[in-house]
Amino acid sequence: MIDVEVTRRVGTFELDVAFQAEAPIVGLFGRSGSGKTTLVNALAGVARPQRGRIVVNGETLFDSTHGIDLAPERRRLGYVFQDDLLFPHLKVEANLLYGYRRAPANARVIDEGHVIELLGLRSLLQRLPDALSGGEKQRVAIGRALLAQPRLLLMDEPLASLDVQRRDEVLRYIELLRDDLHIPIVYVSHSVAEITRLADTVVLLSDGKSIASGTVEEVMGRVDLRPQTGRYEAGTVLDAVVAAHDIDYGLTTLRFPGGVLTVPSVEGLVGERIRVRIRARDVSLALTRPTGVSILNVLEGSLVGFGSDDGPIVDVQLRVGEVSLVARITRRSREQLRLHEGQTVFALVKAVSFDRRSVGYA
Amino acid sequence: MLSVDELGIILLSLKVALASVVFSLPLAVAVAFLLARADFPGKTLIDALVHLPLVLPPVVVGFALLVLFGLRGPIGAFLADTFGIVFAFRWTGAALAAAIMGFPLMVRAIRLSFAAIDRRLETVARTLGASRIGVFFSITVPLALPGIITGVVLSFARSLGEFGATITFVSNIPGETQTLPLAIYTYTQTPAGDLRALRLSVIAVALSFASLVAAEWIARRHSTVTRD
Repeated sequence: MIDVEVTRRVGTFELDVAFQAEAPIVGLFGRSGSGKTTLVNALAGVARPQRGRIVVNGETLFDSTHGIDLAPERRRLGYVFQDDLLFPHLKVEANLLYGYRRAPANARVIDEGHVIELLGLRSLLQRLPDALSGGEKQRVAIGRALLAQPRLLLMDEPLASLDVQRRDEVLRYIELLRDDLHIPIVYVSHSVAEITRLADTVVLLSDGKSIASGTVEEVMGRVDLRPQTGRYEAGTVLDAVVAAHDIDYGLTTLRFPGGVLTVPSVEGLVGERIRVRIRARDVSLALTRPTGVSILNVLEGSLVGFGSDDGPIVDVQLRVGEVSLVARITRRSREQLRLHEGQTVFALVKAVSFDRRSVGYA
Repeated sequence: MLSVDELGIILLSLKVALASVVFSLPLAVAVAFLLARADFPGKTLIDALVHLPLVLPPVVVGFALLVLFGLRGPIGAFLADTFGIVFAFRWTGAALAAAIMGFPLMVRAIRLSFAAIDRRLETVARTLGASRIGVFFSITVPLALPGIITGVVLSFARSLGEFGATITFVSNIPGETQTLPLAIYTYTQTPAGDLRALRLSVIAVALSFASLVAAEWIARRHSTVTRD
């Protein structure tokens, strides 16, 4: 449980954020310059807010009215930065143990051997940080933060300095530690893909203010937040269950409260929960159920409303069963099809538009 | 090979240089850290004061020491009366003169290496549970070690070669304050002393060379051998 309410002014920029969140992974999402890092620094005790209150799991870390301001070393929040920031003069093992040795003995519940196995660090222990790849470094940095026995893990764009393959690798490890160690995580990112894959609760920051918070489905699905969540990557997030694998064609069928989706094969046992992101630009609309098309996913739904319609592009909000879906079409199409609210439409989603990064384990 | 006199001169020189480095190092680290990290009124003045021995004629420094630390000088009299510490005309005075002359070199090298450290490393260390002091000794100092070693070697070499401030402050007393450069100077002023001056000069070259090689060796060892 995180309860935050802080104000910090630096020059002309003002951070003024208030949110509460109780979730395994809280996503702090916003464009660059929206105040994400400032907020995380305030949480970690590295930047001091002028006013406010920070409470994590019932422990007050900062309270300006009561004059409480715990030093960073006493907050016990693990901080993983964009750059790995490993100590270059220490071997991997000494890096890992840096925080562990300084944690109170009675708080040492996360075991060194366990973290080493979990993050696959066994073979790296005797190396210096210089001899590691980017992904390995970031894994060591995560392990180091975990072994300091944090109450909460802060991750500030931990994938930003990695290439695409490494990102996937580290992302999988983050999912692993969420499931395995049950450490709450505050995950900062400007990437819709990462936030929707990892976060349960999302806090949306814009210009230093928290303008929305809620479940990832709610916040990312809201058409009115599009200017902040981004046009290109905009889309909806569905919780689905693996229904079947088609080994011949390499496809997987997912069931969600609104129908089924066919996607390129994903790992996961039948019955396993999976989170799927459907980008609005990958969804087309038809007035009747089309025949003779290659598109595998045809979902019947009703039209709920339209997003802002200045410019050539319109976001159309749909209801498919119990979930909402967004389709991005041109204004011309909207007028030619005479779309209106309450209408029954068919949403078409190409199976190949799903990639590895849009399907993750929930 | 070496005469007893020569050996005495070398040992005295090493003793003076070593003492000057050992006692000035903690202060140099503190001053370098302050200059690299802190912002305070009068910083420029401190900075200039530290660098003064680098640009002043050594004789002036020696004379200032004589005035301040001489037996009747304000600081010298106080130290002698309260602690029984005497610098005037003692080897300790030679060490003090050498320390002051080598101080700017030491501070410069250490300060540069402090300034080159990514301060976010120190921030991470804090979030991992280390106190400010803990961070300083576990992160800052080890990362600045190459600069500290360079500073120590430069100031040690400078101390071995110190002449002007030493001879002005503590004179040229054989067995007490007559270090290598002073002995060489004395022989050059003595009829038929050229050969002995030459022998001592060769020794001076060897000592300086050895300290540079040692520094290089330590620095390389530090960068390749990993520590826990």
